Amino acid sequence: MRRILLILVALGLVAAAAGWAVTRPATVSAAELAGLTGEAERGEAVFWAAGCASCHAEEEATGEDRLVLSGGRQFPSEFGTFVAPNISMHPEAGIGDWTFAEFVTALQEGTSPEGRHYYPAFPYASYRLAERRDLADLWAFWQTLPASDVASLPHDVGFPFSIRRAVGVWNLLNLQDEFTVTGDLTEQQQRGRYLAEALAHCAECHTPRDALGGLDRSAWMTGAPNPTGTGTIPALTPDELTWSEGEIAAYLNDGFTPSFDSAGGHMVSVIRNLSMLTEDDRAALAAYLKALPPA
Amino acid sequence: MSIRTSLFSLATLAAIAAGASATAQDLPAPVMARQGQMQAMAINVGIVGNMARGNTEYDAEMAQAAANNLLALSQIDQRFHWPEGTDNFALEGTAALPAIWENPDGFAERYMTFGTAAQGLADVAGNGLDAMRAAVGPLGGSCGGCHDDFRQSN
Repeated sequence: MRRILLILVALGLVAAAAGWAVTRPATVSAAELAGLTGEAERGEAVFWAAGCASCHAEEEATGEDRLVLSGGRQFPSEFGTFVAPNISMHPEAGIGDWTFAEFVTALQEGTSPEGRHYYPAFPYASYRLAERRDLADLWAFWQTLPASDVASLPHDVGFPFSIRRAVGVWNLLNLQDEFTVTGDLTEQQQRGRYLAEALAHCAECHTPRDALGGLDRSAWMTGAPNPTGTGTIPALTPDELTWSEGEIAAYLNDGFTPSFDSAGGHMVSVIRNLSMLTEDDRAALAAYLKALPPA
Repeated sequence: MSIRTSLFSLATLAAIAAGASATAQDLPAPVMARQGQMQAMAINVGIVGNMARGNTEYDAEMAQAAANNLLALSQIDQRFHWPEGTDNFALEGTAALPAIWENPDGFAERYMTFGTAAQGLADVAGNGLDAMRAAVGPLGGSCGGCHDDFRQSN
């Protein structure tokens, strides 16, 4: 009897250790990134495509002010309210003292320089698919951005979601290294897929989530409840979004629907980003949406 | 037609009528008034917007007419169109967020940017495609800037 008990305790310890090990925050080493040098000019295009300013710039900011990534914007969810941190170039208040490896680790592993998990309100599950070359360009552009000394505010997240280590479980369940839409895609559709799935993270709002807040990839871009209010975030699948590719691309530029209604809510901010892309990239996004499997 | 089927059809018709009246006709007059105004705005934005997108050929007179309409629409005093209790939590069929009533000054300020943008467009709409296009951008921005905070995402 005593022996069985000992074996059970030992097994329990092994399971706990394994659990602790697999939920450990992952990092990317400087060696993995050796040889990558970024170009700031190319990085600006990545910056707008990735939509950093939508969450990290002040909510009402327009024009140049959207480059001031002082944070503070709140994101209510069923797990609590997340607050976007200061990610400006300020060395203490922001991320100005980060290395490139720390930057990539944050964006692709969701791990902070202190080795803690970020909450997946930060779309590292999408950025994980970004090309490292693009991230090098983005980091080069980042060096040109202004510093803000506004202090980051803590998230308002209750137990048990306040246990950061638990995000490691979420990561095990949700991080993947492949695109969601597969199959025969044209070059333009592939470009659109890269922009939509890796950088612009459209699915974060337009795809429903499971009980743990992971994206339901079997219902990709089929619309979802609006976390900030009543109503729903619309489906983008071609059976639902019946606008032409030209109409979708134009909407992503000027914010007008084909009947000249205008975008509302967070989409306004998204369009401010996407209007900074090239016409070709907006056309690629539209082509990708038309290639989505219907709901 | 048997009595039974005609009764069934009557019941169906009644149900359809009840359903229809529960959507559009039950909206209070101020809600319909502001929605009508938004639709008039959309039609006129469409005239200049389609020219700006290159979908239709630039026509100075049409562009100016649309711009003048938008300016006139922006000058309608809004005080009768937004009574309390007509937000999207209180009523089905409106996208007006409670923020309008929680932050009336912010709403008024945002609405004013539409007037400024409409004036900017009316000043130049007849002066050629490039001039008009440059003024359509801020106009679109004023729609988005207000819908951003005060209209439910759709």
